[in-house]
Amino acid sequence: MKLLKLVPDHTNIHFLKWRVPFYIVSLLLMAASWTLVLTKGLNLGVDFVGGQMIRVTFEHSAAAPVAALRTEVTKLGYGEPIIQRYGKPNEISIRMKLPEGADHDSALSDKMARTITADLKQNHADARIDGVDSVSGKVSKELGWDAFRALGLAALAVAAYIWLRFEWQFGIGALLSLVHDVTLTLGMFALTQLEFDLNIVAALLTLIGYSLNDTIVVYDRIRENLKKYRKMPIPELLDLSVNETLARTIVTSLSMLITLVALLIFGPDVIFGFTAAITLGIFVGTYSSIYMAAPILIWLKVTPKSFIPTESAIDRQERLARERG
Amino acid sequence: MLEFPRWKVTWLWALTLLASLAALPSIMSAAGYSWPAGWPEPKVNLGLDLAGGSHILLEADPTQVRQQRIEAMEESVRNKLRTANPAVRVSDISIRDGALTFLVDDVTKVDTVREAVLPLTSGAGLTGRRDWDINVIDGNRFLLKPTQEGVDQAVTQAMDTAVEVVRKRIDALGTKEPTIIRSGANRIVVQVPGLQDPQALKNLLGQTAKLEFKLVDQSADPSAVAQGIAPPGSEIVPFAQTTPGMTAKSAPKIAVKRLGGIRGDQLTNAQQTNNPQTNQATVTITFNTEGGAKFAKLTTANVGKPFAIILDGKVLSAPSINEPILGGSAVISGSFTAESANQLAISLRSGALPVDLKVVEERTVGPDLGADSIRKGMIAMGVGTLALAVFILVTYGRFGVYACFALVFNVLMILGIMGIIGTTLTLPGIAGFVLTIGAAVDANVLINERIREERHRGRRVMQAVEMGYKEASRAIFDANITNIIAATLMFAFGSGPVKGFAVVLMIGIATSVFTAVTMTRMWVAQWLRRTRPADINL
Repeated sequence: MKLLKLVPDHTNIHFLKWRVPFYIVSLLLMAASWTLVLTKGLNLGVDFVGGQMIRVTFEHSAAAPVAALRTEVTKLGYGEPIIQRYGKPNEISIRMKLPEGADHDSALSDKMARTITADLKQNHADARIDGVDSVSGKVSKELGWDAFRALGLAALAVAAYIWLRFEWQFGIGALLSLVHDVTLTLGMFALTQLEFDLNIVAALLTLIGYSLNDTIVVYDRIRENLKKYRKMPIPELLDLSVNETLARTIVTSLSMLITLVALLIFGPDVIFGFTAAITLGIFVGTYSSIYMAAPILIWLKVTPKSFIPTESAIDRQERLARERG
Repeated sequence: MLEFPRWKVTWLWALTLLASLAALPSIMSAAGYSWPAGWPEPKVNLGLDLAGGSHILLEADPTQVRQQRIEAMEESVRNKLRTANPAVRVSDISIRDGALTFLVDDVTKVDTVREAVLPLTSGAGLTGRRDWDINVIDGNRFLLKPTQEGVDQAVTQAMDTAVEVVRKRIDALGTKEPTIIRSGANRIVVQVPGLQDPQALKNLLGQTAKLEFKLVDQSADPSAVAQGIAPPGSEIVPFAQTTPGMTAKSAPKIAVKRLGGIRGDQLTNAQQTNNPQTNQATVTITFNTEGGAKFAKLTTANVGKPFAIILDGKVLSAPSINEPILGGSAVISGSFTAESANQLAISLRSGALPVDLKVVEERTVGPDLGADSIRKGMIAMGVGTLALAVFILVTYGRFGVYACFALVFNVLMILGIMGIIGTTLTLPGIAGFVLTIGAAVDANVLINERIREERHRGRRVMQAVEMGYKEASRAIFDANITNIIAATLMFAFGSGPVKGFAVVLMIGIATSVFTAVTMTRMWVAQWLRRTRPADINL
């Protein structure tokens, strides 16, 4: 049987020749992502801004009557709802701010939930209430801070590990490509206005672990080649390493993407955003392991000397003996 | 590297099969079969977001605990000094700026008072500090302030009691398998599976059930009371809101004497009853011996005067004491429905909460959404695994077959281990499961590509395979460590469903290294030794 080879043997693409333009593109994309996050903002869920979210499925309708719902809910006097699809067209979430004073008296937010769900059931016989989340302002602030801290710590811890296992230049390269991957993913959330909740933070954390997998494979090969080809110029050596590991990079990313796409298409609707974040992150992570993580080593002046094994006492004696003899 | 003695093979297979077998109960239960009784049943539990249920986060306010401590101290100091011998006269006892303060009339008695008050305090925490600071200013003004250590200790005690009270109340509702745990310094997480409307539960938990009987201050000027101004020694308490639309502000108020009342916490029973004349729902409480004696004393001494029955700072009713109540039981009337009277009875039976608990986070999931998610998760997993298997087979041939076997065992082992250690599968956990499957073959890809490479460099089959496993394991190890780091932080900071996801990831990382590296190496080695091929199709 002839086996499939996505990357032909002895592939030699001059990736690093284009490092400056690609770096500029990456930086521009990152800047664009930040601009989007700052101007358009993330569509933060109740986990992070507090409030109430009611999930409803209209079991016998093709699509949820969003416009009608908006007027119906607004009429109840709790303010304007944010109504959003989260899966199929008949699955929506209704988000409300908590009523005034609910921070002191949780009965008020209970009452709002009951009023809205009762009204929904009355107006729409096929409305199935799938869940109600109420998060107070205080808890949401803590959740936001915890999420931020977890992301920062994870990125730093992972980068520190790479530094420990390789060299400081590699640690910085890993950190940079992580920042790149997470930033672009955030940019996508700002652009698509998919809801950003606690699950998405879990997805970003997963990304911090998995998007580095390719980077580690490339770095491992760079280290190996640095020891092997002491005289080779660094750009050439990086190109060689990237090419040698290209098949790995592509096949591993593809195998992840295959399962993720299956999850996107067939999986539970509620975690669509979650899966989308990881999918995009894996995709971007593959690119960044080639164009962010590797070229930075040139600028940080990695040399074969970075990995010269320190001579042990026994080695030294043997060498001296050889030289004498 | 490729040596697998018989004992090692036996052990590896035993471990794999045992962990995989443990997945059986979970799979059978998902397929709708029941597990034979009497057999050990390591089953994966479904999280609230999959099984449906409610998650409620309750919070207590530490400043309330602090306030209660100061009030209790006031009573203690009064009692102590009243019974002191020789008698000490103090005046201007009041609570100001979070401290209890009073004046000792005779300046020479300051030390006597200090000695009398000191035993009312005690050590707190491990720092050696006491739970109260006692200061004397201006020569004769005492200032008693609870220390942070003292308050922390009191909060801890209050929360421990609160957890017990919450548990009793939930049990009284007949809820199955509730989870009630302390969270942080002043929070309690309550999780109840399957409950569709958590309203009854929340009503029950939101009721502090602090019952007090206090004498009505009849000397108070009604217009001052209406404005909320209390005569000295009294306090203003609003009536419970009886008519709809009435707010706490517009409710009628009454002045009661701050001291000299009794607490309704020394009970042996509380039952929902009915007033035979009006058919109104009431609650009948039965005091224990000590409580009954106090109640008898209070009612005997105040025949003809009205007293207020106060629940959680609101007056339920203020009847006159017609005759001394000596039987040790009392009927509380208010504007109860049968339901709210029953709730109060449960709350009183389980004891008052030492602090008010407030719902700060609540998540309720209906059962349909979870069932739908599990079904879709299974489909996604099936399709994903199948597509992945095809991809790996056409890319790596025989070596792909081994990778696929590893994949199947990996899935079974994750399920099995989850069942054995009793973890909970959550909605993001399903995604974690599918993701782990995608990531598990990464190791095989790295190994197989390396073998390919070594063959191209002209190594013989055995050597190439050996080098492949050896050289690839470095990157596999590093990559998995970074994943573990991320998963650990997720577990540390995440909430319930996210924690579930992190656990699946961690188990998956461990099993995937085992199946994808160790097991495939064994299979490949056995095949190589059996056939000794001169070339391999890779």
